[in-house]
Amino acid sequence: MTGATTARPLPTDPGERGAFAPPTALRLPWSDAVDARVDVSQIADDVVLSVRDLTVEYRVRRGAVKAVRKVSFDLRRGETLALIGESGSGKTTVALALVRLLVRAARITDGTVIYRRGPRAVDVLRLGASRLRHYRWNECAMVFQSALNALNPVIRVRDQFLDVASAHGMTDKRAAEARAVELLRLVQLDADRVMGSYPHELSGGMRQRVLIAMGLLLDPQVIILDEPTTALDILTQRTVIDLLRRLKQERQFALVLVSHDLALAAELADHVATVYAGRIVECGPVADMFYAPHHPYTLGLLNAVPTLSGDFRALDSVRGQPPDLIDLPVGCAFRPRCTFATATCEASDPDLLRVDPERSPVPGAGGHVVACFHAEAASKTFDRHAGGTPGK
Amino acid sequence: MTTLQASPAGARPGEGTPVPLISLEDVRCHFRTPRGVVKAVDGVSFSAAPGEIVCLVGESGCGKTTAGKIAAGLLAPTGGRVLFEGHDIARLRGQDFNRFRRGVQLVHQDPYASINPLHTVGATLAAPLLRHRFASGNAGARRRAAELLDLVDLTPSADFLDKYPHQLSGGQRQRVAIARALTVEPRFIVADEPVSMVDVSIRISLLNTMLRLQRELGTGFLFITHDLALARYFAWGGRIGVMYVGRMVEIGLASDIIARPQHPYTRALLSAIPEADPEVTRNKARVELRSLEIPSLFRLPSGCTFHPRCPLFEEGTCEVATPTLARPAGSVEGSHEVACHLVTRSA
Repeated sequence: MTGATTARPLPTDPGERGAFAPPTALRLPWSDAVDARVDVSQIADDVVLSVRDLTVEYRVRRGAVKAVRKVSFDLRRGETLALIGESGSGKTTVALALVRLLVRAARITDGTVIYRRGPRAVDVLRLGASRLRHYRWNECAMVFQSALNALNPVIRVRDQFLDVASAHGMTDKRAAEARAVELLRLVQLDADRVMGSYPHELSGGMRQRVLIAMGLLLDPQVIILDEPTTALDILTQRTVIDLLRRLKQERQFALVLVSHDLALAAELADHVATVYAGRIVECGPVADMFYAPHHPYTLGLLNAVPTLSGDFRALDSVRGQPPDLIDLPVGCAFRPRCTFATATCEASDPDLLRVDPERSPVPGAGGHVVACFHAEAASKTFDRHAGGTPGK
Repeated sequence: MTTLQASPAGARPGEGTPVPLISLEDVRCHFRTPRGVVKAVDGVSFSAAPGEIVCLVGESGCGKTTAGKIAAGLLAPTGGRVLFEGHDIARLRGQDFNRFRRGVQLVHQDPYASINPLHTVGATLAAPLLRHRFASGNAGARRRAAELLDLVDLTPSADFLDKYPHQLSGGQRQRVAIARALTVEPRFIVADEPVSMVDVSIRISLLNTMLRLQRELGTGFLFITHDLALARYFAWGGRIGVMYVGRMVEIGLASDIIARPQHPYTRALLSAIPEADPEVTRNKARVELRSLEIPSLFRLPSGCTFHPRCPLFEEGTCEVATPTLARPAGSVEGSHEVACHLVTRSA
């Protein structure tokens, strides 16, 4: 925090920050992030994170791995966006780029990530080191996939909370501890016991909840969750899902949910984006995505998920393998695996276009968009199976 | 391949099949640890007819993997017996024991750990083929290995024979593991969470391959999973057994277990599972448990081990006696059995 000597506190709006506003003795090197400041009028009022043309490459010996290609989306206050796709589709890279936690071999070669709080907006990709440090966790927290690896195994939960607090400018230890206790109760943990425990003394579900509580420590506007329920048992998974839903309603933070689990997206998301070979190939409101998918890949993903209700039906996975991201297929990257592919698909990569042209144009992620020349034909083949008749 | 086709295809459960291919009778597996005795499996019984699919489901620590290892003969039970074609496997010797070993194979959960990284796919498959004389000579083993790769949909097989595991995806490795299990022409495969390490989008195609093997070769499966939706898909027409801290709490036809669950634990599980349908999953009726705490295996609750969490708990009954598997009250036929005092109590 050496570069933060000229910092002035961010004018806090108590209404916006809610009852859990952190102590005011924070150093917020935020307001003078002049070099990264962006004109607020560019983005809608309720958008907290606006990503445009984000492009990330990993440099490896064979060449450049095009992990993320021109990804754009808007995240609104209180909204949950789920990024779904196979492993290697680039969804986690997108999430890491939002907090600039990419490995050294990665380069963000294009795009902007505009973060907005109230009347100010900055381009996260141009923030200097100290401002970036403030942006992380205070404004945008990441909750990692593996709850065991993300916690330090040799210090107690109490000290992990205090570490985070002091690293992000919360100098009052007592206040930090009180807040940690409050948050642990919020995630339905026995705070007294958990604070004095080492991570190995907690179950997987408890560790995941500790991480969620830590994510909330500095009351961020945006929380990124990478596979939050993957390693958990069914009943624990349910607890975490219900917890996230409740927290989201109470606290109105925006969530970016990275998951290969379509069921999790169905539970929590307001909008869903399908990521394939580093591109968002379809994005729309959750009901549209699950009941009227238009991209053959989204259809394929939905047709590969077994359900508990309805009649038995044969399922199948999307055929073929994900493409080589160094040497992508010409035209649409999904073409080699697509049952709808024609010569058109080889000629060019389809643009992300509105599904229904008659629908009133909504800016950003408000509408249902798809990048496929045969979207209409593909959507007609989808039969909404079994849904609406849950087993008694 | 003749031995594989010897089993009657499409054997139905619960229809008085004379001798089950494999059966566990009151199997116990108690581990002695410094902190005390862990009853990983405590009195589990089930059987599988030739060609039948049985799924064991339950949360981590319920003993499903231990039960699978016992069924595969990798772990000796500390109580009870395992019968293979009616014979206690603990008493099998020599050729008879080898027959059992070949007859029951295991597919492990983690294809990154279960395949030797230094051997090519061809060599991995050739070793058991030659050892158990299912092929003679290197050329013969290679030919048979190629056939097996075709069987598990790794085609063209010539492309895969000389590859090393690191050149394959998780799903492809798991197919190699299945092909390796098939080298000795087993009649029964214990598959322990075979798809949990592979990408969600290709899980179904792996299950489809295994289902095709069951149909075409008559291979029975013990499929161990924590995912009830996968169990429903895989065991459709077969049976599902639900385990809770070392005991079987409910077993029956897959369709019955999913559509008409009887045990409060099964009901709680089914009501908690998120589904890939926003309307269904957000409007599911919940079965609320009295506690979220999974009991410690060192100090299991008295009576029914589920009683501290059970919404139906009745004082004076549940914490006193351990329930045994029995037909639910009101049902006179079928193979659906539940271990719950209240569900099986006749009115």
